[in-house]
Amino acid sequence: MKRYIKTPVGAHYGLGDWLLQRLTAVVMAVYTVGFLACLAMHAPSTHADWKAVFSGTFARVATMLFFVALLYHAWVGMRDILMDYIRATGLRLALQMAVGLALLLYLIWSASILWSR
Amino acid sequence: MESASSSRPASPTTRPASPRRPKYYDLNLAHLPPPGLVSIFHRVSGALLFFPILPGLLYVLQMVLGSEESFAGCREYFTHPLVKLAVIGMIWLYAHHFFAGIRYLLLDVHVGIMKQPARSSAIAVLVLGALATVAIAWRIW
Repeated sequence: MKRYIKTPVGAHYGLGDWLLQRLTAVVMAVYTVGFLACLAMHAPSTHADWKAVFSGTFARVATMLFFVALLYHAWVGMRDILMDYIRATGLRLALQMAVGLALLLYLIWSASILWSR
Repeated sequence: MESASSSRPASPTTRPASPRRPKYYDLNLAHLPPPGLVSIFHRVSGALLFFPILPGLLYVLQMVLGSEESFAGCREYFTHPLVKLAVIGMIWLYAHHFFAGIRYLLLDVHVGIMKQPARSSAIAVLVLGALATVAIAWRIW
């Protein structure tokens, strides 16, 4: 079998990132449709209603999955934007670190909101 | 004086960049074709969703799920017309990112990659984003 062998350059995470950005997009799109359907069905209006929406284990896990997918999706997207527009390496790396840190904080924050009660 | 360098054909990678290479920057969005509009809005909406919309949304979620008092405060805040307008703007950003993203997923699996279908789907994305925003705006106003 003849195999295509390319010159080994780069860190090789590009294709995996590209694919995972699409997979996480599908996860979030499915959640979005499901969440809107849930809102349309239950029409939560009071505090108790809203708590009930996020009280079930399934709803919490699904929401958590959404935020994990979002973490990765936004990381790839923001890194692409920074790589396109910020040419100074030091500044770009600093901003990438800030983005990564912010996303981790978002993730921890969302978990604490969903499970702190 | 340029005997050594001119004897070799200049390759694109070794040729020094011309100091007067023309650049065509047209930053007027009205001049972009629909696929270009979808693309730049997808990028801008993605960046804005990361910041400041996502931390704002988490804060609102915390207030809504927190206590009766924080929920009531949140509720009162959202009766303000300017806040409603801002929320509708954010909903458009999300809706556009959603529909444009689905278009890109389809393009990735080679659905509608020819020029005319790609143009039509771009227009569909812009229309669907606007329609979804209007529908939700009508619900929450």
